[in-house]
Amino acid sequence: MDKLRLPKLAIAGAVFYAIVQILILTGVLNGYFVVIINRSMIFVILAATLNLINGITGQFSLGHMGFAAVGAYVSGTITTILCTHMNPHAFGDNLIFLAAIILGGCGAAVVGFLIGFPSLRLKGDYLAIVTLGFGEIIRTILNNIAYVGGPRGLLGIPKFSGFTVIFLFTFFTIVLLRNLVQSSHGRAMLSIRENELASELSGVDTTKYKVLGFVIGAFFAGIAGGLLAHLLQIAHPTQYGFYASSILLIMVYAGGMGSLTGSIIAAFSLTFLTEGLRVGIDWLRDTVGIPIGTEWTMVIYALLLIFIMLYKTEGFMGMRESKILVIEEKKV
Amino acid sequence: MSAPVLSIQGMSHYFGGLKAVSDFTFDVPEGVIYGLIGPNGSGKTTCFNLITGIYTPTQGKILFQGEEIVGVKPYKIVHKGIARTFQNLRIFSNLSVIDNIRVARHFNSKVGLFPSLLRLPSFLKEQEQTRDEVMDLIKLMHLDKRANEMAKNLPYGELRRLEVARALATKPKLMLLDEPAAGMNPKETEDLMKLVRRVRDEFKVTIFLIEHHMKFVTGICERVKVIDFGTTIAEGKPEDVVKETKVLEAYLGRKAVVC
Repeated sequence: MDKLRLPKLAIAGAVFYAIVQILILTGVLNGYFVVIINRSMIFVILAATLNLINGITGQFSLGHMGFAAVGAYVSGTITTILCTHMNPHAFGDNLIFLAAIILGGCGAAVVGFLIGFPSLRLKGDYLAIVTLGFGEIIRTILNNIAYVGGPRGLLGIPKFSGFTVIFLFTFFTIVLLRNLVQSSHGRAMLSIRENELASELSGVDTTKYKVLGFVIGAFFAGIAGGLLAHLLQIAHPTQYGFYASSILLIMVYAGGMGSLTGSIIAAFSLTFLTEGLRVGIDWLRDTVGIPIGTEWTMVIYALLLIFIMLYKTEGFMGMRESKILVIEEKKV
Repeated sequence: MSAPVLSIQGMSHYFGGLKAVSDFTFDVPEGVIYGLIGPNGSGKTTCFNLITGIYTPTQGKILFQGEEIVGVKPYKIVHKGIARTFQNLRIFSNLSVIDNIRVARHFNSKVGLFPSLLRLPSFLKEQEQTRDEVMDLIKLMHLDKRANEMAKNLPYGELRRLEVARALATKPKLMLLDEPAAGMNPKETEDLMKLVRRVRDEFKVTIFLIEHHMKFVTGICERVKVIDFGTTIAEGKPEDVVKETKVLEAYLGRKAVVC
């Protein structure tokens, strides 16, 4: 009997995929909503991997979007160069796209290692400052490289990221993160968060696992950046600045530090909230006549963060995981 | 008994001008239960921090099984076979009891990152094997009913035993216990004494402990060293050491000795 049971996560993923596909095919969801769902899933990857660094390994990174920028620009450059003959419906071209995305992830991982190796000796606030600076450096560099468009951004990236592609990447990222957390390597990372000294004196090479968490997080953030670039067909330095990184932070804190379930829920709710606020603010300005702009969304996010810090410190899920994301072990 | 498992030679450690540990020289023979006692602030925990590599001694040598371990990183010292517990508990509160212990088995794991991420058969096989080993330890510590519970929900006495189990999981040859009986009632202390002896006999571990509890020390230790203000004031068998005037003075003050 036991062997016939399909893994819960696969069922959950298949159900989600089927429902959205049916809604798209029946025309209930228009293109606008599909883009929001796609963005939400990309933010699931970003928030969940930031959670690996901040919530699971217990470090504090403020520049997660910098890794996404590396992934976006590396993969975007590759596909734009080869773009003239590229066709999203051709198998060979999809392979090139796939390779470009993975290379973008690898590029981000290399940058993650270069940043993480020297700076993960720092603790708490100092690490936060280094990563904050790193995010800004990446943005400034991209702003000044004419080859990738400079402040104009990298334009004309072919549209390869559709719902199915993004869904598959998101699903496998979550599966791999879940497997990591419930392995010996993941427990080593968790133990660093819980008590670094006790972890070291239980034989865990704490520096290695802090860097490893950082590199894995950067790799998947790079993949998410690549997907985003091929969804929006543009990579622009301002998309990857501190503003975007801080939204990721809010997602991690709102969802719950260390809870992948929380990050998934928060990424979806906050992406939809952003769109809702945009519509609401436009309505207030155009119909009611109150002179406010969309930049007020950031004020609302700041208030949300303050509210979480004051009244719900542990976030929506705390450290709990949904049963769907827990692999049951044989009870002893 | 046989050759010393731990040999400390002329070890000193200064915090600025303060001599926390001053010129310690002693051997811990293999298989004994060795006690380090002394009043508060006498340098006991500093001594443990030096042995486990958290601090590097200002002077002197530390030999573990004949090998110099000064300057070796703390986690590598654990790999060589020295485990410890802490005076103020350092438990992984938000991990389950079984996971707390499994962290200490991690460095023995032979399964790399990729097989773990993909949950390949090699990963599953090792996971099962580790779980069985860890469950044996949990049963030994009478924590079997708590195995899947979050560590933060455990009462104090059980946390102490959990820490011992976690230290044992690294398969040490020398175990450092920092005030294992702190905060325990007489009954619990009694049980702990039995447990420490059992651990020594079953796992063939040398035990080196710090303790305030005189009853505990005289009841369990085969050799003790008494220190005060970073210097040794007595060493020998516990029943002889407690009679020494210097020791009584250090512990109780002069007046009490006269009485």
